Amino acid sequence: MTRQIKFIQGNEACVEGALYAGLDFFAGYPITPSTEIAEHLSRRLPQQGGKFIQMEDEIASMCAIIGASLTGKKVLTATSGPGFSLKQEALGYAVMAEIPCVIVNVQRGGPSTGVPTHVSQGDVMQARWGTHGDHSIVALTASNHQDVFAMTVEAFNIAETYRTPVILLFDEVVGHMRERLEIPEKGEIPLVERLRTAVQGGVDYHPYLPREDGRLPMSDFGDVHRYNVTGLVHDMWGFPSDNPKIVHGLLRHLVDKIENNASQMAHYKTFYLEDAETVLLSFGSAARSALHVVEHLRPRGEKIGLLELQTLWPFPADVVQQYCNSARTTVVVEMNMGQVCQMVKTTVRHPERVFLANRIDGVFITDADIRNVLRLIEGKGV
Amino acid sequence: MERCRMVFSGSGGQGVITAAIILAEAAVLHEELTAVQTQAYGAAARGGATRADVIISDVPINFPKVIQPNVLVCLTQEAYNKFYDIIRPGGLMITDTRYVQPQLKVDAVQRQLPLYETVMDKIGKPIVFNICMLGAVVGLTQLVRPESIMKTLEQRIPSGFIEMNRQALELGLEMGQGVK
Repeated sequence: MTRQIKFIQGNEACVEGALYAGLDFFAGYPITPSTEIAEHLSRRLPQQGGKFIQMEDEIASMCAIIGASLTGKKVLTATSGPGFSLKQEALGYAVMAEIPCVIVNVQRGGPSTGVPTHVSQGDVMQARWGTHGDHSIVALTASNHQDVFAMTVEAFNIAETYRTPVILLFDEVVGHMRERLEIPEKGEIPLVERLRTAVQGGVDYHPYLPREDGRLPMSDFGDVHRYNVTGLVHDMWGFPSDNPKIVHGLLRHLVDKIENNASQMAHYKTFYLEDAETVLLSFGSAARSALHVVEHLRPRGEKIGLLELQTLWPFPADVVQQYCNSARTTVVVEMNMGQVCQMVKTTVRHPERVFLANRIDGVFITDADIRNVLRLIEGKGV
Repeated sequence: MERCRMVFSGSGGQGVITAAIILAEAAVLHEELTAVQTQAYGAAARGGATRADVIISDVPINFPKVIQPNVLVCLTQEAYNKFYDIIRPGGLMITDTRYVQPQLKVDAVQRQLPLYETVMDKIGKPIVFNICMLGAVVGLTQLVRPESIMKTLEQRIPSGFIEMNRQALELGLEMGQGVK
């Protein structure tokens, strides 16, 4: 088998992953540093029979993909920084109405318009809590193009499996960097297709009545069934309800369907962790610098390893505990003020052994930045 | 092979970013090497000194940016002034004689080549200036085979421009090999 090899930007690797997953519809509003995703899909998607729409703004883009998904299509939008803020309201609607969709956020410096062209990882908590109300969310990330591709495919699979929005939290460095991508053959990565109802036309269809396994079969909107979709709390027919039992049951369902399956969604990579006394924990482009440090210090006899998280939400607490509980020191490497570090501290047995190595000035974190923090922890000064 | 870290710098429109992409793509697609290419975005890339980073290696590359280049190319005085001191001691510095007056203060092998003049004399079109520069880099470093650069060019540019690019690449190669 000869696989296709490309030398492309991370944003294009995301496009390749989305097309591989069977993307049918993209609506978006270009914004740096995510623009190449829209740019390339505007050409590639129509060639494969899909539809590309440039909307008037990010709010409309998010609403458009929700509508398209209801009609049975696999959908995507891509944005960054302020655009991700604008999408939050409709993102909550997709959570509530249980609509499969994938949202890419190529992170840049914030808040507001911030530092548009420079790297940041400051939207980790926004991905989790950017939309209001109790809910759960899925957010995946990646540090290289092969993983950007794989996580993009996985995002579509999770969206269809759990009827949920999935956020791809990339960053400027991975998005704009060019490196090799080997595109897997068709069928090499399994794809999850839409679970459609077996209920015939003319027979009552309950859009929010779970099967025994908890999954909710969908009916393409506008096809044979008429049903209601709303952002209000709703019953199994999709009609609004304020019955406390229904309110309670729906909120529990929305959270449980994600949190109870956290282990199935926990993607991560380990490097040199077997005997590591110092564990670097990182994600996205920052993990590349962390791995650089590990591979530099290992030959010098230092027992250091890397845990790279690819699933950020639901937070893979079991994985973090497994690798960090027995570590002498855990250093979280991220380009924000400690958003994942806080999560790690609340997860592990010894939060006092967890430290932050970060950078928030729009400059990509270097191995020297990380090594300086390691020296400080060891009391050696910088 | 030794890992090679390069920075190509000049002003917007000279094609230094394109040259960096072509070199890295040739290394990955036609030489089975590993390469990562990044570039400066934003205000720094508009009007000021443009910069493109390339790392080529035969093992995986984790850190994607170049801090101390082994090879530094400066096509304008502004780029030279901004970047000359980041070069790794003992590295290779390539400048264009028409635009850059080097101060010769750095510990590097300095090669001043008449890239622009030669392109204008022999071809007469400044658009292949960057490919001539790439030829000089390949001639001096032998990082990739010139055929790999040509294959990449053939895939990327319209057929009517191939010959002009081949000529520019060869002029650069000659200049690079001539001063080795």
